[in-house]
Amino acid sequence: MAMRKAKLAVWKFASCDGCQLSLLDCEDELLAVAGAVDMAHFPEATSAQVKGPYDLSLVEGSITTPHDAARIHQVRRASQTLITIGACATAGGIQALRNFRNVREFLGIVYAHPEYIETLSLSTPISTHVLVDFELRGCPINKHQLLDVIAAFLHKRKPVTPAHSVCLECKRRGSVCVMVAHGLPCLGPVTHAGCGAICPAYQRGCYACFGPMESPNAPALADWLMSHGAGDSAIVRAFRTYNAYTESFRKESEAHER
Amino acid sequence: MSGRTIKVDYLSRVEGEGSLFVRIKDEQVVDAQFKIFEPPRFFEAFLRGRHFTEAPDITARICGICPVAYQMSAVHAMEDACGVKVEGPLRELRRLLYCGEWIESHVLHISMLHAPDFLGYPDAIRMAADHPEAVQRALTLKKIGNEIVTVLGGREIHPINVKVGGFHRAPRARELAPLSERLKWGLDAALETVRWTAALEIPDFSGDYEFVALRHSDEYPFNEGKLVSDRGLDIPSREYDHHFVEEHVERTHALHSIRMGGGAYMVGPLARYALNFDRLSPVAQEAARAAGLGPICRNPFRSIIVRAVETVYACDEALRIIGDYEPPPSPAIAVPPRAGTGYACTEAPRGMLYHRYRIDGSGIIRDAKIVPPTAQNQKQIEDDLRRLVQGRLELPQDQLTRQCEQAIRNYDPCISCATHFLRLTIERL
Repeated sequence: MAMRKAKLAVWKFASCDGCQLSLLDCEDELLAVAGAVDMAHFPEATSAQVKGPYDLSLVEGSITTPHDAARIHQVRRASQTLITIGACATAGGIQALRNFRNVREFLGIVYAHPEYIETLSLSTPISTHVLVDFELRGCPINKHQLLDVIAAFLHKRKPVTPAHSVCLECKRRGSVCVMVAHGLPCLGPVTHAGCGAICPAYQRGCYACFGPMESPNAPALADWLMSHGAGDSAIVRAFRTYNAYTESFRKESEAHER
Repeated sequence: MSGRTIKVDYLSRVEGEGSLFVRIKDEQVVDAQFKIFEPPRFFEAFLRGRHFTEAPDITARICGICPVAYQMSAVHAMEDACGVKVEGPLRELRRLLYCGEWIESHVLHISMLHAPDFLGYPDAIRMAADHPEAVQRALTLKKIGNEIVTVLGGREIHPINVKVGGFHRAPRARELAPLSERLKWGLDAALETVRWTAALEIPDFSGDYEFVALRHSDEYPFNEGKLVSDRGLDIPSREYDHHFVEEHVERTHALHSIRMGGGAYMVGPLARYALNFDRLSPVAQEAARAAGLGPICRNPFRSIIVRAVETVYACDEALRIIGDYEPPPSPAIAVPPRAGTGYACTEAPRGMLYHRYRIDGSGIIRDAKIVPPTAQNQKQIEDDLRRLVQGRLELPQDQLTRQCEQAIRNYDPCISCATHFLRLTIERL
C-alpha cells in the first residue's frame, strides 16, 4: 500500500512574506518537495485548500492583533508538528520595535482614524502563545536550512541547525575578520549561525538577522563596540533590529538606553 | 435574482492577507471592496530615530518579494537629502540589481501566481503535471534573476550589500561574467515566455486608466526619472506629495491613494509600458509587437504578457550592463549627512514606489513616508472589480468569483507592503 503523503500547511501572521517565499525560491528542489508532501494549505502558492489536521505546519510572522492571538491556537490544534520560520515567528520580528514604545498613545497620534486599527501593544513570537516544536531562525531564513528541516521532519530526525556563532561560519568561509582587520562593528560573535556569514564576505559587519546564538555574551561585545567608538545610542540600535525582543538583545539594548 | 454577494475571505496566490467583497442589488453593483487585513507593522514609525544609513536594511523588511525596490528608493532618497549623486558603474550596478529583482519577481508572478488562473489550475505545481516545460522554464529563469540578486546583494531575500552611496563591496568582473552565459539562455526563455503568455485565452476587458510611471530621458525606468502620466502629469519625485493624497478608509489597513483633484490611477507594468514603450530595447519591442501588443495596452488581463516583455528587457539590460562592466574605483562614494528632506521614486516590479525622509544634521531620521505600489493601485483594483462584475452578471457565481480573483491578481498585489503606511501628522521623538 502506498504511504500517505504528509500534509504540509504554511501559515502567515505579521510578516513580509519573505520566509515562505524561501520555499518558492528553492527552484531546483521545489517540484521534488511538492512530490514528497501534500501542499494542503499554502495560500501564497495555491488556491487549493485541504482541510486539517496537518502533519506539519510552517508558521511565518509574529502575533500583533487580537484576531491573530486567537488564530494561532486554531493553527496549533490543527497541527501535529508546528515549526516557526523566521525572526518574526521566532522572536517577534522587526514589528517588535513597537514593544519599546507606547503603541496605544502612538496610534492615537499618528493615525488619522486610530479607531479603525486593531493592534496589540506587543509583537510577540509564536512560542509566547502556543507550544512550538522547532524554531528556524533568520530574517530571512536560509532556504537550505528550510529544506533540511522539512527533510528532517519527513525522516523523523533532528534538523541540523548548529547554535554556535556566525564567527565559526566566517572562519569556515575563509573571510578575514572585519572587526580585527578593519575595526568594523560586527555582531557575529553573539549571533546564531545559519546565514553562511554573508556580511563579512561583503566587507561589512554582521547585523544579527539570525538573532542571538546559544548563550551569547552581549555585554562583552557591547564593551568592545564602546571601546571602538560606538556610543550608547548606536549600541541600542545595533541590538534593536530584527530580533530586538529576544531576551539577551533586549537586555543589552535596555542597558544602554538612557 | 435581485441581490447577491461575491465574497472571497482569503485571497490566495498574492503576497499578504486580503479579501474581496462585491455586493449586487437589482442587477447593479453597489459595493466593491478589496480589503486588506494584514496587520499594520508601523515601519514609518520605527524608522524615526534610526540612522539614515540603516534605512536600506530596515526598509528591505517591508517586503520579502521586492526588497530591492525598497532598498533602491531608500538609498536614492537619502542621497537626495544629502545632495549626493551616484553615477557611473555604481549606478549601473544598481540597475543590474533591479534587473535581477524584476526577473525573479515577474517570473514568479507570471508562472506561479497568475498563469494558473488562465489555465484553470489551483497552482503552478499542479499545472506542472500538464505543462512541465513551461514550469521548468519558469523555475530556471526565476533562478537566474535570484542569482543576479545573490551575486550582487549577498542573498536573494533582503540583500545585505546595498548601502547609501553604493555598495559595501563591488563585484569583480569575474564574479559577474558567469551570469552572462545564463542570461543568454534566460533571454531566449523570456522570449518564449512572451509567446507562451500571448497564447493564453485573455478575457476581453479594458479600462480608461490614468497611467502613472517614471520616465527617464534615455532608458526604461528603474531607479530614476520624472513622474509622468498620460493625462499631463510631469513632475520630479520631490513633488509627489503635491499631486497624490492618501485617504484612510475604515475597511482596510492600507490607505487609498488618489490623484489630487482626480481619482484612481494605475501604476505597474501596464503604466510603465504605455509611457515608455519607446525606451524598451529593440528585442523587447519586437517581442511585444509579435505578441500583438500595441504601444499601449489597456487590458489589465494582458499585463501577464507585458510582464513577460519586461522580463525580456531585464535580461537584455542585464546582459548589456555585465558586458560593459568595469569595476568602480571604490564600492561606494561618501555621503556625509546634512539636515534636509530627500525624495525618491523607483519602479518596483509592481509599480512606482515613493519614499520621503527628513533627516537631521547627524543623520538621524526624523520623519519617513513610504507609499508602496499596491496601496496606489488599491482604488483602481476596486474600480476594476465593479466594472468587471457589472459586465458579467450573467456568469454563474463560481466563475464570476474566479474572474474577480484573477482581476485582482492582474495587479500582482503585494498586500504585505501595502499596509505600512501611516499618516504622520505630529512630530514625536
